[in-house]
Amino acid sequence: MWLAELPPFVPFYAAALLAGLTRGRIRVLILLAAPLLGGLQLLGVESGVELQTRFLGYELIPFRVDKLSLLFGYLFHIGALLAIVFSLHVRDTLQHVAGLCYAGSALGAVFAGDLITLFVFWELLAVSSVFLIWARRSERALAAGFRYLMMQIFSGVLLLAGVLLHLQQGGSLQFSYIGLDGLSGWLIFIAFGIKCAFPLLHNWLTDAYPEATPTATVFLSAMTTKVAVYALARGFPGTELLIYIGVVMTCFPIFYAVIENDLRRVLGYSMINQIGFMVCGIGIGTQLALNGALAHAFNEVIFKGLLLMSMGAVLQVTGRINGSDLGGLYKTMPKTAALCIIGAASISAFPLFSGFVSKAMIMTAVLEEGHDWAWLFLLFASAGVFHHAGIKIPYFAFFSHDRGIAATEPPANMLLAMLLAALLCVLIGSYPRLLYELLPFPVTYQAYDFSHVISQLQLLLFAALAFAWLNLQGLYPPELRAVNLDSDWSYRRLLPLTVQRLLSIGQPLDAAVRRWGAGCARSLINTLSRHHAPQGLLARNWPTGSMVLWVALLLGAYLLAYLFEVSDQ
Amino acid sequence: MITQHLPILQVIVPLLTAPLCLLVQDRRFAWGVSLAASWTAFLIAALLLDQTLEQGVISYELGGWPTPWGIEYRVDTVNAFVLLIVAAISSVVLLFAQRSVAKEILFTRIPLFYTAYMLCLAGLLGITVTGDVFNLFVFMEISALSSYTLIALSEQRRALTAAYQYLFMGTIGATFILIGIGLLYMMTGTLNMQDLSQRLPAVTGTRTVETAFAFLTVGISIKIALVPLHLWLPNAYAYAPSVVSAFIAATATKVAFYVLLRFMFTIFGVSFAFKTMPLNFIFMVLALAAMFAGSTAAIFQDNIKRLLAYSSIAQIGYMILGISFASVTGLTAAILHLFNHALMKGALFLSLGCIVYRLGMANMEQMRGLGRLMPWTMAAFVIGGLSLIGVPLTVGFISKWYLVVGALERGWWPLAVAVLVASLLALVYVWRVVEVAYFQAPSPAHAGEIREAPRSMLLPTWALIIANLYFGIDTSLTVGVASQAARQLLGVSE
Repeated sequence: MWLAELPPFVPFYAAALLAGLTRGRIRVLILLAAPLLGGLQLLGVESGVELQTRFLGYELIPFRVDKLSLLFGYLFHIGALLAIVFSLHVRDTLQHVAGLCYAGSALGAVFAGDLITLFVFWELLAVSSVFLIWARRSERALAAGFRYLMMQIFSGVLLLAGVLLHLQQGGSLQFSYIGLDGLSGWLIFIAFGIKCAFPLLHNWLTDAYPEATPTATVFLSAMTTKVAVYALARGFPGTELLIYIGVVMTCFPIFYAVIENDLRRVLGYSMINQIGFMVCGIGIGTQLALNGALAHAFNEVIFKGLLLMSMGAVLQVTGRINGSDLGGLYKTMPKTAALCIIGAASISAFPLFSGFVSKAMIMTAVLEEGHDWAWLFLLFASAGVFHHAGIKIPYFAFFSHDRGIAATEPPANMLLAMLLAALLCVLIGSYPRLLYELLPFPVTYQAYDFSHVISQLQLLLFAALAFAWLNLQGLYPPELRAVNLDSDWSYRRLLPLTVQRLLSIGQPLDAAVRRWGAGCARSLINTLSRHHAPQGLLARNWPTGSMVLWVALLLGAYLLAYLFEVSDQ
Repeated sequence: MITQHLPILQVIVPLLTAPLCLLVQDRRFAWGVSLAASWTAFLIAALLLDQTLEQGVISYELGGWPTPWGIEYRVDTVNAFVLLIVAAISSVVLLFAQRSVAKEILFTRIPLFYTAYMLCLAGLLGITVTGDVFNLFVFMEISALSSYTLIALSEQRRALTAAYQYLFMGTIGATFILIGIGLLYMMTGTLNMQDLSQRLPAVTGTRTVETAFAFLTVGISIKIALVPLHLWLPNAYAYAPSVVSAFIAATATKVAFYVLLRFMFTIFGVSFAFKTMPLNFIFMVLALAAMFAGSTAAIFQDNIKRLLAYSSIAQIGYMILGISFASVTGLTAAILHLFNHALMKGALFLSLGCIVYRLGMANMEQMRGLGRLMPWTMAAFVIGGLSLIGVPLTVGFISKWYLVVGALERGWWPLAVAVLVASLLALVYVWRVVEVAYFQAPSPAHAGEIREAPRSMLLPTWALIIANLYFGIDTSLTVGVASQAARQLLGVSE
């Protein structure tokens, strides 16, 4: 019976500890045991289990099970298993331990029944994940990791502030519907939004994920943003603002993704686009829409994982990841290419692949609720997904111009992980009932009816046609091979010229303000170090005489203070 | 039968071990017998705490002399808690001591070291357990004199100056305390704390009692190292042998802080100390000065032991700030921090002890790349540092939480902000060490030569680290006892 009350993060943390102490085969066994045994254990857990404890006078619920958290619980076990199998060949204690801690924290967050527990795991998630980025051990990764950590910690601070305010206003500590009334709701909303990569808060994702190691990116893509999707689904379902945010999220990354050269960064943008669909579904908030959003989150972890794994394999084998440096790999890496295409078909929502069965639910819900124009944007975004993720990724990596790169298939464990993910994609795509059973609300929706299939195929075919035409006409951006597409460059090019002009006017002012600020900071540090450095006034070795002088002074001060204080009365 | 005599055994066991170490003059024996004595003291302290929690205050008459005339040992929740932490830290430090002492102290002086250590422990426990102010003074001298010796036993020559200054300041402090006690005796004719607390209200208006109060406050402030009387502390901690730094940093100022609580709350009473006398206002100012000056000075230190010493000065500020709220929550925070700070500083100084064991010293320069060379030691240091900052799931968070809550309860939110800002300063000085240890390459002289510290030193260090985490999560013991102690001191019923 005690097993039912074992919180799912415990096996992962325990495995992380053991993995730190072991080597070789034993560690492989431990790594695999965590998601497998943890998953089996979770299968036996029913909705309604609750674990309560008291901490600092608050009633906490570190473990609460309902259908929503169970869905994410299963998902993270699958995601962790895939990522672990994919990284088995790596001999890096840091990555293994950080990965397990990270997965454990994600599980802790989705099973947290109260806001304080959620905050704790929210922060643990941030701290454990940054090591996955640092594990690349390059200067760029170190810097990107710091930027990433700052955003994530900032999100945690906002969450804590929001929760404390919420409590002070008499809110309940239970993590249930929060809503946007009052400052506390907004603070929590923005905290979730940062982790969810809302527009303008999204830079950490496209900045940091491509800098992580090939294997760590798979871990990262599975958890952080999905925890945020979960939190939004629980705290803010039916918030209308989310529809608009979701629509923007689906559309704007397309432009970036099309011109981006680093293929893993393309997938980063595509991830924001996919999360946009989920956010939109949560914003609509009907049972169908929520089901669709959650199902899409489930599928996205698997097919985005698959795509990132295939790109990780390419990076691992060739050492390159820019679209302009790759091409023709289908000859040497046919299996990876085939698996990548399955992932691409899933993300583009081809019928019989997993993306189709969930995305269509969201689209239908959007239409049912009468958000016609939102539907149009989502339709455009769907075509865009096919463009940048469905075609561009496999095309530039495996086909395109053959650059004669010497490559082989990646290690067997990488292929196995990709194969597992691909099987799941096809399985869910062909038997959507398997997934629908897990959703929090009963599903009556039929994915495979005539109009859905036909309209989706039409959309995909025309998108493919557009790609082919643009490519033949030489209009498709990466064909401009003279330009090395870097994220920096793409940002600047997209900024209208006028903005740059404005900047050039503002620049002297900006520089002056910065100089002034830096001057202030420098003089402050100088003053502080003059007084506090080992030779400074406040920290140097004092002769005994002056210490005694202080004693005398203080005694005198006390006596005087008491004298006046008492004579006042 | 024997449980009746626990209060005196608490002191007697280490006190008698001291001459034993000196007479036998064998290093192994001295270590073994000290270890046994210390663990016995720990067991006794645990039993005493259990008894007081179950049955209330224990009063023990020394030699059977009835109370106002004879010496009384009196154990309530407050000092039982302090006894426990002192004995616990001493026991863990002694486990660590054998190899560290063998490396850092001259071969022939090792039995002498354990003699002084046991005397110091006996003194600290005696101060805590006694209910008689003169007896308290005597034990204070025992612990102080032995700690001067302990510091001077270091092989670094600067330790001699440091010990000399400590001796000077400590003696002045003790003298002030003695003068205060003398004045109180003059006015009331008694030395028993309970008796004093009953007789003092009749004479509170007099200048003599006010003067006594001033002498006591200043004298104890020296012992606590409250700014601006902290100047002896950085060098004393920095140049002492590692084991001594860990032991004294974690216990001596805590016991002095306990003495302050005893005098302020039990003997003078809260209404005299804080209402008649403006002490809480003075304390608040000094506490803020300590928090900021200590932390800022710590940021600029190169010697890591000195860095931790300055950080201790800042942490004392937090405890004094808790007192200055003069509320149950504030006092709970202060007592909690007393316990928690002992855990974190103990752990940090022990991990530094591991580093000194391998490197010979602990300057920023030498720490480069140590995260790779001594992973377990540095991991311990980092967790200890997180606790010092007050990250959730560590003990540091718990005490800061109560401190902030205490400030908000009073409506003094700028103080709450000050606590948080001072924690950020702690983040800066801990981060400096982390950056050097983890993000810089090891200096070529060290690579390949420096290994992880021996297990007999790592295990005690990690025991304290785990305590840091454990009491950061399960707070039922610490918070329960601390709030009960705070209520007892303030005389508030449950």
